[in-house]
Amino acid sequence: MHEMSIAQRVLDVIEEQALVQGFNRVTQVWLEIGPLAMIDKQALRFSFNAIIGHSCAAGAELTIIDLPGKAVCRQCGLRLEIQQRYTPCPHCKDYSLQVVCGEEMRIKELEVA
Amino acid sequence: MCTVCGCGAHQTVANEDADHKDPVHTPAVGFVIQTADAVTHTHAHAPLRQGVRRVQVEQDILGLNNQYADKNRAEFAQRQLFVLNMVSSPGSGKTSLLTETLKQLTSQHNLAVIEGDQQTTNDAERIRQTGVPAVQVNTGKGCHLDAHMIGHALQQLPALQDGMLFIENVGNLVCPAGFDLGERHKVVILSVTEGEDKPLKYPDMFHAADLMILNKTDLLPYVDFDVQRCIEYARRIHPEIEVLQLSARTGEGMEQWIDWLLKNQKGVTGSENTNSVRVASHV
Repeated sequence: MHEMSIAQRVLDVIEEQALVQGFNRVTQVWLEIGPLAMIDKQALRFSFNAIIGHSCAAGAELTIIDLPGKAVCRQCGLRLEIQQRYTPCPHCKDYSLQVVCGEEMRIKELEVA
Repeated sequence: MCTVCGCGAHQTVANEDADHKDPVHTPAVGFVIQTADAVTHTHAHAPLRQGVRRVQVEQDILGLNNQYADKNRAEFAQRQLFVLNMVSSPGSGKTSLLTETLKQLTSQHNLAVIEGDQQTTNDAERIRQTGVPAVQVNTGKGCHLDAHMIGHALQQLPALQDGMLFIENVGNLVCPAGFDLGERHKVVILSVTEGEDKPLKYPDMFHAADLMILNKTDLLPYVDFDVQRCIEYARRIHPEIEVLQLSARTGEGMEQWIDWLLKNQKGVTGSENTNSVRVASHV
C-alpha cells in the first residue's frame, strides 16, 4: 500500500530535477530495486502510472531494474543469493543469514526532453 | 509556514529492467547529464532520439525520509529522549499497552505520545486520560507515519525533555517497517489472537523490530496459538529479536516490559531514578 507514497516521492524527485536541470518532459524512468526493499513492483507501476497523468512525466515509461539480494550465513559463512528474508541456509539449514545487499530502492536515471 | 521544512500545511492535531546492467553506469554523487551528442553508452539502451538526453539521478527513494529521520534523531538526542516506534496490526492492543505503561511510569518520568491513525483523535484522547500529553497525527489516506510527520508532531511537544516518547504507528504490519522515524527501537506488538505465523507472513516488520511483545496472553487458554513456534518464526526472520510476553489487560508480564524500558533508556535520558537503579541491580 505504501507504493503510492513511494511513487509520489519518485515524481517529487523528477519534478525537483526538472527545475534544477531545466527539462520539461520525462520520457523514461529507471529505478533500481532489490528484492528485500519491501516494494511490490506491480503495485509501484500501477501507482506511478496513476499519478503521472498531468505531470512532466505524463506517459513516461517506467523500467524497474532488479538488483540481486545477497546474504552470508552467520553459522557456516556460505555466500548466497536470496529473494526473501526467511530463507534457510542451503548448506547448514540455519536461518541466521546476514543480508549483504538487496534492500536498495533508487531512482537511477531519467530520459528527458 | 512551518519551521521544520518550510511546507505550508500539515496534519498534526495539537492536543486534540533487468537488461540495464552495464558497467558504464557508475554511481555518481548528484547527477551527470549526458546529451545525445556526447553519450558514452554502448549497451542495451535504445538509441537516443534527437533532443532527448539522459540525467543520472542515483537518489535513494527514501533518502528524504531518512534525512528527516536523522534530523529527528539529533533532536531526540539533544532533548535526551528515549524514543520507541510501536508497530503492529490493527487491534493488537497497542493503545491499551501504552495506557497501562504510562500509568506505571508517569509519576517518575517525563512522557509523551505521538499517535498515528488514518482518522479520528480517539487514541490521543485515551492517552490524555492518563495525564500524559499526546499529539494525534492523522495520515488521511497514508498507511504509515513518516519522519517528516514526526518532526512536525515534535514541535507540538516543546516541553518534553529527558524522558520517553512513544510513537504509536498506524496499525499496519507492512508499510511502517520501511520508514525510519529516528527512533531508538521499533517494537512490534503481536496479540495471541492473530496467529503465530505472522512473523513469516510479514517478515519485514519483524526484521525491523528489536523487540516483539506477545500481548493478550490471558487469552492463550482460548486460542490455538503456539508461543514457542511464534518465537521460533520471529527468530528465523531476526535471530537477535528480544521477546516479552504480557497481558496489558491483566497486568501479567507488565513488570518485565517496564524493566526493559528502564534498562534500555539508560544512557539516553539524563536522569537516574530509584526505579532504574532497582532494575540495574537485578539485570
